[in-house]
Amino acid sequence: MGMEGIGARVARKEDKRFITGKGRYTDDMVVPGMKHAHFIRSPHAHAKIKSIDTSAAEKMPGVIGILNGAQLAEDAIGNIICGWMIHSKDGTPMNMGAWRPLAQDTVRYVGDAVAIVVADSKTQARDAAEAVVVDYETLPVVTSAIEALKDGAPQLHPEAKNNLIFDWEIGDSAATDAAIASAAHVTEMKVINNRLVPNPMEPRAALGVYDEGEDHYTLWTTSQNPHVARLVLSAFYNVAPENKLRVIAPDVGGGFGSKIYIYPEEIVCLWASKRTGVPVKWNSDRTEAFLTDAHGRDHVSTVKMAFDADNRITGFKVDTIANLGAYMSLFSSSVPTYLYATLLSGQYNIPNIHANVRTVYTNTVPVDAYRGAGRPEATYLVERTMETAARELGVSPAELRKTNFVREFPHQTPVIMCYDAGDFEASLNAAMDASDYAGFAARKEEAKSRGKLRGIGMSCYIEACGIAPSAAVGSLGAGVGLWESAEVRVNAVGTVEVLTGSHSHGQGHETTFAQLVADRFGVGIDTVSIVHGDTDKVQMGMGTYGSRSGAVGMSAVVKALDKVEIKAKKLAAHLLEADESDIVIENGELKVAGTDKSVPWFQMALAAYTAHNMPEGMEPGLKEGAFYDPSNFTFPAGCYICEVEVDPETGKTEIIQFVAADDFGKIINPMIVEGQVHGGVAQGIGQALLEGTHYDAETGQLLTASYMDYTMPRADDLPSFQISTTETACPSNPLGIKGCGEAGAIGSPPALINAITDAIGNNDLTMPATPQRVWAALGSAK
Amino acid sequence: MYATNYHRASSVEDAVKLASSNDEAKYLSGGQTLLPTMKQRLAAPSDLVDLRHVSDMKGISVSGGSIRIGAATTHAEVAKSSEIASACPGLAHLAAHIGDPHVRHMGTIGGSIANNDPAADYPAGLVALNATIVTNKRSIGADDFFTGMFDTALEDGELIVAVEIKAPSKSGYAKFPNPASRYAMTGVFVAKHGDGSVRVAVTGAGSDGVFRQADMEQALASDFSAGAIDGVTVDDSELMSDIHASSAYRANLVKVMAKRAVAAAG
Amino acid sequence: MANVSMTVNGRSVSGQCEDRTLLVQFIRENLGLTGTHVGCDTSQCGACVVHVDGKAVKSCTMLAAQADGSEVVTIEGLASGGELHPVQAAFREHHGLQCGFCTPGMIMSAVDMIQRHGGRLDEKTVRQELEGNICRCTGYHNIVKAVLDAASKMGDGTKVAAE
Ligand SMILES: Cc1cc2nc3c(=O)[nH]c(=O)nc-3n(C[C@H](O)[C@H](O)[C@H](O)COP(=O)(O)OP(=O)(O)OC[C@H]3O[C@@H](n4cnc5c(N)ncnc54)[C@H](O)[C@@H]3O)c2cc1C
Ligand code: FES
Ligand code: FES
Repeated sequence: MGMEGIGARVARKEDKRFITGKGRYTDDMVVPGMKHAHFIRSPHAHAKIKSIDTSAAEKMPGVIGILNGAQLAEDAIGNIICGWMIHSKDGTPMNMGAWRPLAQDTVRYVGDAVAIVVADSKTQARDAAEAVVVDYETLPVVTSAIEALKDGAPQLHPEAKNNLIFDWEIGDSAATDAAIASAAHVTEMKVINNRLVPNPMEPRAALGVYDEGEDHYTLWTTSQNPHVARLVLSAFYNVAPENKLRVIAPDVGGGFGSKIYIYPEEIVCLWASKRTGVPVKWNSDRTEAFLTDAHGRDHVSTVKMAFDADNRITGFKVDTIANLGAYMSLFSSSVPTYLYATLLSGQYNIPNIHANVRTVYTNTVPVDAYRGAGRPEATYLVERTMETAARELGVSPAELRKTNFVREFPHQTPVIMCYDAGDFEASLNAAMDASDYAGFAARKEEAKSRGKLRGIGMSCYIEACGIAPSAAVGSLGAGVGLWESAEVRVNAVGTVEVLTGSHSHGQGHETTFAQLVADRFGVGIDTVSIVHGDTDKVQMGMGTYGSRSGAVGMSAVVKALDKVEIKAKKLAAHLLEADESDIVIENGELKVAGTDKSVPWFQMALAAYTAHNMPEGMEPGLKEGAFYDPSNFTFPAGCYICEVEVDPETGKTEIIQFVAADDFGKIINPMIVEGQVHGGVAQGIGQALLEGTHYDAETGQLLTASYMDYTMPRADDLPSFQISTTETACPSNPLGIKGCGEAGAIGSPPALINAITDAIGNNDLTMPATPQRVWAALGSAK
Repeated sequence: MYATNYHRASSVEDAVKLASSNDEAKYLSGGQTLLPTMKQRLAAPSDLVDLRHVSDMKGISVSGGSIRIGAATTHAEVAKSSEIASACPGLAHLAAHIGDPHVRHMGTIGGSIANNDPAADYPAGLVALNATIVTNKRSIGADDFFTGMFDTALEDGELIVAVEIKAPSKSGYAKFPNPASRYAMTGVFVAKHGDGSVRVAVTGAGSDGVFRQADMEQALASDFSAGAIDGVTVDDSELMSDIHASSAYRANLVKVMAKRAVAAAG
Repeated sequence: MANVSMTVNGRSVSGQCEDRTLLVQFIRENLGLTGTHVGCDTSQCGACVVHVDGKAVKSCTMLAAQADGSEVVTIEGLASGGELHPVQAAFREHHGLQCGFCTPGMIMSAVDMIQRHGGRLDEKTVRQELEGNICRCTGYHNIVKAVLDAASKMGDGTKVAAE
């Protein structure tokens, strides 16, 4: 590894602008003639729109236009779609109801967009919005998925009887039932995976600009995947054809999944810009973000895990009801199915698995992928069940896991996944050592003397990243391919530009992608620029989510670098009158191995562009592109151990220590990988301990719609983390990378709940484990 | 935020005059409650009278056991005042645990008590300390000042100028913050006064704002120790219940925090 | 309409705005200094923290008119003569930022915190002092490290606020 190559702990290039206040986010953009939008949103969770009266509002100062769903329909703007087809077990396609970017007849959740006001200033737009009179006829409301499935429950969409979107299964039901029937022990649980609000700190924003002269649209937006946005805006929403639409996602302040989707506001701002003739900017305030950003999780499951007399798992049966909210968001159907149930084998050898999943409409914010997307839900089930089983069977949690670990690879699970590599015991041992697991009993005693209840819990997770081969996901219902593209341009002076379809919104691509080039050509990372987030610059890409930038995005860069290297060596061989196979690239020079003959990198590049002296038949220039389609998912895995102290008087949990031992395969920049783990673990701790999303069951109002009621993890809620990595290379991509963006959020919740339930001696505890809940579980209610 | 007119007052008289010029005028002190409320369009004062430049309303003086805190004194100033720390450590501790550093740099004692948020910290402190609230018109005892949730004895346009406190012999405050907002989910201030009487005031828990816990006051008057509260039962029928804490849980917290406040008072 | 004048990052500025204009709007929209961010509407996230007359405040919870006559420093004014402030440098060195959105407010808060506590900061205090700053990316681990490192480097040079 060079100083700035693969594996180097390089400080980030992009930081320079962020620490000096020079980052450029969507809401920072200003274009000439720009005006401001405010969305009028439904205050009701379920209602018919009887009329919209804009007459008074139109006369208000600064108002340019007020547009509603009828006008949107006039212009044939399409429905918002879900891009992953799932079939129910009876073979019928999922029951998708219509989602209009501006509701026309019916609103189905509090926050559903009804109209847009465009005015000279944001305040004027909001002032005018208050003068718009929308007459609603309220309808009965249902917020719980279980209630929504019952006969007689309020119906959201005519397409979905009893609000059932699909009833899907995976695995062998009969064989799993048989395993349970003949088991020596069966552990049964009901497990709730709480609904979460993603809350990237930058609220969503959009700036739509229609250029009449060119009949061309530009959208600046807070997106994790601008190319996918352009694709669906043109192919499905009929806003503009791709060649007439440029989508730019500049600096984006975090996403965590919530900025994958194309939301009503982006569609409407673009469309409204044409309708009103002015550039239209909207930015969400935080309450709007709570009410409209896709939420995450929200599962209720029952599980049965069967063991034989040797404590080996013989079967695992899962029944899940997943709340998808009022409409089907872009990838919503894939999250509780292929991103979830395919991971139910965990790190274990389980011969029989069956999962049944029902997804349901309710009068709540649409639910889609949020950091981890399906894998946290699966991991939580598996690891809570394992811990519970260990307690019931009277064996140590580590022992039970070791008894059941997969140890031979490749390993085909009964639920599609084929694990390619791993060493689960290595990470378990690393975590147990780092946490001084053996010394826990003494620490518990000591805590007791201070009146505190100490507990320890572990979680051994495996997840699947780099959602892969396009043909495979296509056969499972995906509407897009999941490859990635890259282009490497070597300029005439030898500097390098890498164009990637991946998108960075905190992940540090400008540094890590440059490290790949530095590693390959021995040039400094400061001579390498990473270009991303603009559909006019990068031809096509699938964006960043599912921890795919490393495993897929970087692999595409590697493929392009391979091609550049071949051409550069050919050219150098020609210049040096040597054999191509003798050329090596070192320290910014192309050398003839074993001689002192060399040509500097920049001179070779210049030669490629002067084209005065090139090998026979070689085209001038030095620029290569590549598309990379992975051959398999990647499987990051690891072990997390959490130690807590509970104050029995108040029920408050303090995290004393959090240990993570992850296997991410090869690591490009350990500093950035550690940062990803810290952030992921913090979100997992947030889910387990702090973040509760509450709806009023009667009215469908979101009760936790600001930081006054939704508990964001703050610095004093969290400890410093002890993290380490073990490495088994991933055989499925050229760099051996597995991905690290989501593991922290996937692996941590069960570790924490296992620790708290261990501390309080009561296994019946629902996330988030707030002080009130823990106190109640301690049974001290009078 | 709705449109408003900003005025900067230079003196107490000036402030009162500016405020009286319009029915819908409001004083603006630290703005840490009023401005968030206005941003959410939940308040729409026609005029704002800024008190931050009224020098008579700022600052802390302590002499011979009498403490006077100007209404426009910030939480940060109270928290770091060495005079308060020695005369009434419980109050310094309380001020240091209001909100976050940025809020403490702006928010003031006058604004906090005028607002009388049922989850605010100062009301518990002032009731337990039997403070006197000095306005441009009169002096009001804390027991009479806090009249219910978001409600005080202040009349329209009446301006709090200062808060006066007799230094107690012992004082302690224990707060269990709401995990999300960090306001008090339950906060208990315990003060032992020169005459031997004890006052225990609870914030964050009562469905009608700050209240005194008479049983605890009695128990502590005869034995000022955490153990003395053990036998007291907290009635939860008048306590708040919300998604963060049931009334039963709050009743538990009242007792636990009271014991911790006594322990802190030493 | 209010006429406001103040010193921002050492430069005298003045402008006209509605009385209801928040300081953060004035900074971002009138002055075009977009490093100061808005991350919430309830005055809790701290993305908007700037220094007014030497103290960290939330610029979303102060009117521009209130800051009339004040000295304001934003993230853009922290580095002097092209040299990063030690807190900025520490955030980069310790990877105390990911998406960068909370970062300006974090850094301004950290500078204020170090000014008040000097070299006496420890991890627990730093975490408590960050109550008014929310970061969704970093899990705070590296932010805490950066603040402690900057505090120790600045230690001797910093004046500890008088007790
Ligand atoms: C993020 C955040 C966290 C917070 N956490 C806490 C907490 O943990 N505990 C807590 O107690 N508080 C908390 N607060 C509230 C904070 O303490 C406020 O500063 C305080 O409640 C109001 O004081 P102010 O000076 O800001 O008043 P303002 O907001 O200026 O005014 C509040 C009200 O009082 C009136 N008023 C102000 N001064 C006077 C006066 N002299 N005479 C008459 N009326 C007057 C105003 O007209 C207004 O109606 C928090 C606030 C925020 C933004
Ligand atoms: S924007 Fe000021 S605190 Fe959130
Ligand atoms: S770095 Fe993204 S919110 Fe802090």
